[in-house]
Amino acid sequence: MSEVPSMDEAMFPAQGASSLVIDIRGATKVFNPNKSNQVEALDEIDLSVGPGEFITLIGPSGCGKSTLLRLVASLIPPSTGTVQVNGKPAEQARLDRDYGMAFQTAGLFDWRTVTKNIELPLELMGWSRGARRRRAAEMLEMVKLSEFANHHPSELSGGMQQRVAIARALSFSPSLLLMDEPFGALDEMTREHMQDELLRIWEETETTVVFVTHSIPEAVYLSTQVIVMSPRPGGIASIIDVDLGDRNASTRDDPAFFTKVTEVRTALRKVEE
Amino acid sequence: MPSTDTMAATDDPLVREHRIKQQAAQEQRRDTVVRVVRQTVTFVVFLGLLAGLYTGYKAFGQSIDDAQHDWPVVGSVLPRTDDLNMPPVGKIFGQFGETPGGQDRIYVHLLFDEAVFTLREAFAGFLVGLVIGMAIALALAQWRRLEQGLLPYVIASQTIPLIAIAPIIVIWGRKNFDVFPWEWQDWMSVSVIATYLTFFPVAVNGLRGLQSPRLENKELMESYAASWFQTLWRLRLPASLPYLFAALKIAATASIVGAIVGEISAGVEGGLGRRILREAFNYTTGPDRLFASVLGAAVLGIFVFLVVTAVERLVVGNQTQESTT
Repeated sequence: MSEVPSMDEAMFPAQGASSLVIDIRGATKVFNPNKSNQVEALDEIDLSVGPGEFITLIGPSGCGKSTLLRLVASLIPPSTGTVQVNGKPAEQARLDRDYGMAFQTAGLFDWRTVTKNIELPLELMGWSRGARRRRAAEMLEMVKLSEFANHHPSELSGGMQQRVAIARALSFSPSLLLMDEPFGALDEMTREHMQDELLRIWEETETTVVFVTHSIPEAVYLSTQVIVMSPRPGGIASIIDVDLGDRNASTRDDPAFFTKVTEVRTALRKVEE
Repeated sequence: MPSTDTMAATDDPLVREHRIKQQAAQEQRRDTVVRVVRQTVTFVVFLGLLAGLYTGYKAFGQSIDDAQHDWPVVGSVLPRTDDLNMPPVGKIFGQFGETPGGQDRIYVHLLFDEAVFTLREAFAGFLVGLVIGMAIALALAQWRRLEQGLLPYVIASQTIPLIAIAPIIVIWGRKNFDVFPWEWQDWMSVSVIATYLTFFPVAVNGLRGLQSPRLENKELMESYAASWFQTLWRLRLPASLPYLFAALKIAATASIVGAIVGEISAGVEGGLGRRILREAFNYTTGPDRLFASVLGAAVLGIFVFLVVTAVERLVVGNQTQESTT
């Protein structure tokens, strides 16, 4: 059982010299360099994210927000510059399983039950069967899907599948959660519901979140910081701090909310000119 | 606690939506039973119609003969209708219960034993073909360049007529295959021929299946720093199963065809292929026996198809794809 980190250890991992969760310096990304189809996706990105933040990346299509997220995830390497996660190179952070990831499609494995899907990362990390079962049950309770533990993903609605994907991403208590337009495929009502769920989970687990979205209201509602990106090559145009406090049903009608939405929209208009 | 959990859950709009979906799924399950019954009935009716058509055409042709008429198509494009060319359905089925000269067992018993013999050859070939096919699929999935280079040859291998290579394999088997610790038997050559037909659909569909996971699923495994083998075992292989079973249904029936053709050209005694060849030689004295033995081969083919389908149900169930939302 010693291989299973306790909840406390897992939630407050040692963070090396730097207390930043993400530290990006001068990162650029060029796809197909020196070929006719060369694309400059990102240009000179500097970004730092502290623990417990909820960062949203927003920008027009092709501004490289997903690319930036994948640099942090070390799914692709930067062409130049450095990306550090938890005070170490992003590659090492990936190997250490410092982050969990959720995608636009829930991407659950349909041949596995909901429980077995949540257990997938734990299996890969060599957790014992009992520990896996216990953790999966905890996670299912957190996303309020306990009664669907033995269902297959195809039997669940889109919103429920996305909740399972979030439970899977957080099952091993990573300090960082990376989300690539996770609610993009959901209808508006489900989407707002999922936003509230995500905020609740974020507060409960004290995870740092980086969230990619197309939706301005979604970005404002969720974030502590909205990062507006400009296209071709992708860069950071402006950083807008948001502090809406405790968010609830009335927050979406709050003048402070609209002010921030307008501010983000203005910034986005500017980058598209 | 569970009661409050459920209460909280019913307030949840997503869960309520799910309930409705669940009910629909239950109705669908009921539909499945109805469908299986309907399919079986349709199949039996279809067979009956076929037998009826056969008998009807035969009766029609004979009435023309009796009236000493000539009728275009009948007896020229379509077969002649006398008992030698078209034995009556009743006689064909009656043949199953007959005891051919010098035998102490009824015909269907003979066919059954021979079908088991052929099935064994085919199954050995099928298993080897499955392993080889999957190995090729894995190699091609692993190395993109190999796929471009090797796949055309894999496809080309299937354009060689089976009838042509079967005797070659048999001759090689008798003369050359002495590297194996066991003595090479002719039935093994027949299995090799079955393998030759089996590996191809497995390789092609297996490759498609192994490549089927979406980019996001592969990225997910990468984000967990999963090893190549972990990704294969937990993502690629399970994702390939629906594709693989589609291939196995083709491969299973093809392995029977390969075994029968192999027996015929190898002259291996004891299987259905040999039986069909012998009944073809003795056609004039017992045409219904050839028809009956061919029916036996058809039943064997349907049998292996159904076995693979049943295994598929067991292994894959109804979860045939990754979720798409």
